[in-house]
Amino acid sequence: MIRIERRLEQPRWLSVAVPVVSIVVAFLFATVVLVATHHAPLHTFRRLFDAAFLGNGALTETVVAATPLAFTGLAAAVAFRMKLFNIGGEGQLYAGAITGVTVGLLLAGAPSPLVIGAMMLAGAAGGAFVAAIPGLLRAFFSTNEIITSLMLNYVVALILDYLIFDSHSYLRETKGFEASVFPQGKTLPNEATWSSWTLHGLVVPLGAVVAVALAVALWGLYTGTRFGFEVQVIGDSARAGRYAGMRTRRKILAVMCLSGAIAGLGGASQDGDFRHQLDPRGLTQANYGYTGIVVAALARYNPFAVVLIAFLLGGLQNAGFALQGADFPNGLVGVLQGLILFCALGGELFVRYRLRIDRRVATAPEPAS
Amino acid sequence: MNNSLLVVVLASGVAYGTPLLYAALGELLAERSGVLNLGVEGMMLVGAVMGFWAVQRIHATTTLALLGAIGVAAIAGAAMAGIHAFLVITLRANQIVSGLALTIFAGVAGLSSYLGNDLNLARSPARHQFQEIFPKSWQDLPAVGPILFGQSALVYASWACVVLVALYLTRTRLGLNVRAVGESPAAADAMGVNVSAYRYAHTLVGGAFAGVGGATFSLSITPQWVAGLTQGAGWIAIALVIFAFWRPTLCLVGAYFFGAFTALPFALQGHGITVAPELFQSLPYVMTIVALVLVSSRAARLRFGAPAALGLPYVREER
Repeated sequence: MIRIERRLEQPRWLSVAVPVVSIVVAFLFATVVLVATHHAPLHTFRRLFDAAFLGNGALTETVVAATPLAFTGLAAAVAFRMKLFNIGGEGQLYAGAITGVTVGLLLAGAPSPLVIGAMMLAGAAGGAFVAAIPGLLRAFFSTNEIITSLMLNYVVALILDYLIFDSHSYLRETKGFEASVFPQGKTLPNEATWSSWTLHGLVVPLGAVVAVALAVALWGLYTGTRFGFEVQVIGDSARAGRYAGMRTRRKILAVMCLSGAIAGLGGASQDGDFRHQLDPRGLTQANYGYTGIVVAALARYNPFAVVLIAFLLGGLQNAGFALQGADFPNGLVGVLQGLILFCALGGELFVRYRLRIDRRVATAPEPAS
Repeated sequence: MNNSLLVVVLASGVAYGTPLLYAALGELLAERSGVLNLGVEGMMLVGAVMGFWAVQRIHATTTLALLGAIGVAAIAGAAMAGIHAFLVITLRANQIVSGLALTIFAGVAGLSSYLGNDLNLARSPARHQFQEIFPKSWQDLPAVGPILFGQSALVYASWACVVLVALYLTRTRLGLNVRAVGESPAAADAMGVNVSAYRYAHTLVGGAFAGVGGATFSLSITPQWVAGLTQGAGWIAIALVIFAFWRPTLCLVGAYFFGAFTALPFALQGHGITVAPELFQSLPYVMTIVALVLVSSRAARLRFGAPAALGLPYVREER
């Protein structure tokens, strides 16, 4: 008879061992899938790894793919830590991309640092605004934020489509040959292009630096401030928080807005760092918001781990993108990501619980260990 | 008359609403037992690809091939749901994260595309597809013709499913037990109901329904395999369950309502009226939010709200 018991204390080494073992097991499962469908697993993984980390310029592309995941991962981690299941990172990122690009276009001609700063603020504000809706509904009507934030993803995605494909908005390019063939957004001016630095051939975009700085700031917020402490208490037990006199409604709203702002910043970084225009197709097909939740869950809501996991999953996504073609199994990257997540979720059980095998012959109760 | 805007929109609303209805009925069963499965989109896509594969490979009469394909789609959907069930029921994982993982695993960039590619299904039309079953003369009847008689067998089967699920949940012992499991697993457990078994069974059946919903695309609406052909229908189905207050009959109404919103912009365009399609497409989502807020009060939530234990793992020792 196998029994599952809750652990009283979670050993530290497990929180490292479980993710590592999860990834190994996920690759084993993927091997089974590949063998079953007549692909050579080792060769395929080798190509995946090369395209993600080792190849020429691979790391730069991996950072490009990882930056938005770090933002949405941090956004999800912030909310999930308080058991606020904001799965609207997707829509909040779009909103940030809309407001960011708008400000970038409006401020054309101003000094570059000013424009970039304004774009960041606007992106954060746009994301926070969208997140405030489920936040307010949750705080004042106790409406389930999972569903409302999920629904808003689609609403904002449709607004995105509307701005570029079905209207003559300020953000849409109306002049030029290309724009007459396929609708697209106006290109940002040079002063709205975010800076980047090159280290030994690796290009580090400003957005990636901001994401890492955010992770540090969030860690400080959790460990060193009263706000962080109260968020932790409310997350563990909302009732205990209320009895202790914490203002849970305000905290819900604040955390939702913070989460939305981080995702929105990721949207602005998409404009300024990488796409340089509002790109509805590119943004909606990338699923940054949903993958961010996965990143946050794998990182167990720890901000530093979010950055690390975003880098690893970013590598996988970059590889999938680079290897798209006839001779590489299509859809393998999603399968692999899903498997890693399944294994990590399953492995979580072993962090929180332990398995005990009871032998029926044992008569005396075992001493508690 | 049969070309009038209303008739066209209603008739295509029924057609577009049918996959939503199947998927929503499945999600409703899972949610009524307390399991939130956000992987509907992934399960639908795998159902769509496997159903399409079956119809291409089964060499039999049209009826048998289509029946076989629906069976395969249901099994494929249930298999996907099985992963979620194992993770959230046995391993007590977070239901939201597990459901999202399922969508990533099985969705557009995952298993469904992998299978579609590996089985060489793209760019070939379905060898058999669901067609209107009533004679042409019936379909030409004013108004009711196109709406009621111009549909495929999948539509009529979905009506039977609505009735069966509604009766099951309100008139049978098993159905009442399911609701007890979803509302208060501890009480159900005390009654002697096996909470895990009920949750497993309904999550799996829910996945089977989602698989059939996906196959509705690849065997009737599209009808071929295109990666990601559901285009977010799985998410609308999740919204639909809430919009219908977890009631099967309201699911039917809501599905056709949402289906009609998909069809309306195109029908309007046919009448020379151009409206931004996004306006109508966003209405289902906005209306779901509004419906959810309206039933947020304590009293309304008890009557119309989500099953009380939705999304919570049940561990006997930790009540």
